[in-house]
Amino acid sequence: MRKRIRSWHVVLAGLVAMLAVPAAGVSKTSALPTKIGPGEGALKVMEWGQYTDPSFAKKFEQQTGCKIQRKDAGSSNEMFNIIHGGGNGYDLVSASGDASLRFIYAGDVVPVNVNLIPSWKDFLPAFKSPPHNTIKGVHYGVSLQWGPNTLIYNTKKVKPAPTSWSAIYSPKYKGKISVPNNPIQIADAALYLQKTKPSLGIKDPYELTKPQFDAAVTLLKKQKPLLLRYWLYPADDEKDFKTGDAFIGATWPLQTLTLQASKVPVKEIIPKEGVTGWADTWMLTKNAPHPNCAYRWMAYAATPQVQAKQALVFGETPVNPKACPYMNKIQKGSCAGYHLSAPAAYAKSIRFWKTPVKTCGWGGRTDCKDQQAWNNAWASITG
Amino acid sequence: MAVDAAREAGSFRGARLRLSSVLWRRPWLKLVVLLVPPVAAFVAVYAASLGAMLVSSFWTSDSFTAAIVHTWTLDQYRAIFSLSDPTYLRIAGRTIGMAAAVTVTDAILAFPLAFFMAKIAGRRTRSLLFVMVLLPLWSSYLVRIYSWTTILSKSGPLNWFLNGLGLPDAQLQFTNKAMWIVFSYVWLPFMILPIYAALERIPGSLLEASRDLGARGSRTFRSVILPLAFPGVVAGSIFTFSLTLGDYITPLLVGGPGSSLIGNIVSEQSASNLTFAAAYAMVPVGVMALYIALARRLGAFEAL
Repeated sequence: MRKRIRSWHVVLAGLVAMLAVPAAGVSKTSALPTKIGPGEGALKVMEWGQYTDPSFAKKFEQQTGCKIQRKDAGSSNEMFNIIHGGGNGYDLVSASGDASLRFIYAGDVVPVNVNLIPSWKDFLPAFKSPPHNTIKGVHYGVSLQWGPNTLIYNTKKVKPAPTSWSAIYSPKYKGKISVPNNPIQIADAALYLQKTKPSLGIKDPYELTKPQFDAAVTLLKKQKPLLLRYWLYPADDEKDFKTGDAFIGATWPLQTLTLQASKVPVKEIIPKEGVTGWADTWMLTKNAPHPNCAYRWMAYAATPQVQAKQALVFGETPVNPKACPYMNKIQKGSCAGYHLSAPAAYAKSIRFWKTPVKTCGWGGRTDCKDQQAWNNAWASITG
Repeated sequence: MAVDAAREAGSFRGARLRLSSVLWRRPWLKLVVLLVPPVAAFVAVYAASLGAMLVSSFWTSDSFTAAIVHTWTLDQYRAIFSLSDPTYLRIAGRTIGMAAAVTVTDAILAFPLAFFMAKIAGRRTRSLLFVMVLLPLWSSYLVRIYSWTTILSKSGPLNWFLNGLGLPDAQLQFTNKAMWIVFSYVWLPFMILPIYAALERIPGSLLEASRDLGARGSRTFRSVILPLAFPGVVAGSIFTFSLTLGDYITPLLVGGPGSSLIGNIVSEQSASNLTFAAAYAMVPVGVMALYIALARRLGAFEAL
């Protein structure tokens, strides 16, 4: 008899535990912390290489006692696979725009209280609540760094100076054009078509219906014979401009600044059609074992000095404009070079990367081309 | 104390003797003990991963989350062998064509050198040539490919040399021809060594006998040397063919627009669509299986 009662107790306890586990998850997502508690002594991050570079992370570890354990991811998909597949005890992930929505919709990350990040109120307006990490006013992370995909050209060889993306689609510079080897390049073509072929009705370069998508793919297939090559590593892109093999192309500010520093006559512009860009976010995982250290890191990474250091280590632009003087102190003129001193409208004009999905946000349609369609099309363009 | 140690040593020796007599009486047991570790490693590490790849090629990936969906389907193979969008057939064709071109080039380049090393060169020259053939393998293959991008660059040494002779630029940079040259260069040692091994095993007396019977040099080459060295050529071709078939660095660095090989597509898709990457990776596996079956019939494995 006693034995039976005992096993009945066990069953009840098990039931309670089963109910409590999802309940704990819900309460964790709905109730935001109101203050940061003492650090747990450790922090595990899934990051892009150098995002917790010791040049600025050492000080954080000394101040907070949170010892950072880092893993450098090779791609957004790798980040997603590891965090989505159980998290492995990671607290933070530095998600790019082509992965952040996936994390949110898959329920792998939780909302954060931006009031606990003192520097957040100083952020450029475009990065306080951007659509790639904020949904219906709920913040799933803290913006980190960003950069535009610009048009670069050799000022000695390309005359008159280009003002439009049409320069990389025209045969004038055949064999001298280089573009990145990335499916997201389809969005650059769509952005160009949005302005030059209004009849296609493109509203968002990441949400394309079949005719819009096909038009972008056709444009890129026509561009292929004009290209020197598709570059994958920034160092290869730099090399082509340094040797004078490439005159014009699509690039990142990092390469332009490196080339200018070694006296190569290149210049980058934002063409009149606008540009695409990338933006990264520190996101807090659902089962983060060290949430207080994670909050401390997000707050630390948002401060002007750290923003400036990280921007120059990696070659990107801070979200906190107060980083400007610190950037110039480390490297003269770098604040303007990375467009941080540009008017706020500049960052707003950039169409930031986001994951292409079947549901088009703009028309309630469900026949837009998704990431896999983009990957396949990119293989058929470049291969 | 000393007695204890001696007794212990004695019992240890006794155990060893007993063990060896057990093994002597049952030879199959010795074989099992020797073979189980390597076979287990082979099955667990090598065959199991290939098996996992084969199995996942029949699944599909979620297009939004990239997670693997465990429903059996032939969709991945349908996409590869699709005639309405022949992208993947075209890339597979280019890869196989490139592997074949590199193999033939290397065979033509390697044979005379291997023959010189095996039959004509003195001992010192031979060891010098060996060092020269193997020297490139001591440096990273990535470094050697990068140095080729410099050589073939429009303002690089090749065009500087050609212009010096009054010739126009060689338009090789970022083309499939550049890829062919670089592949032929990096895999050449893997062709020279098996051909050398095959040629060295041909007894000099056979060549003398051929001459005694009145055969001239070309006849001896066609009727004696080539048939005996051919398995070596086939063995070398397995290396050059399979190494080209699986490479994705060379097309990335020296290829241009339209130079993707199977390996590039597999590496691009492995994160976002693992099941497709697995299916596409089965294509070179299938091609190599056919190739090796053919090579076996040509006697390549006797020369290895």
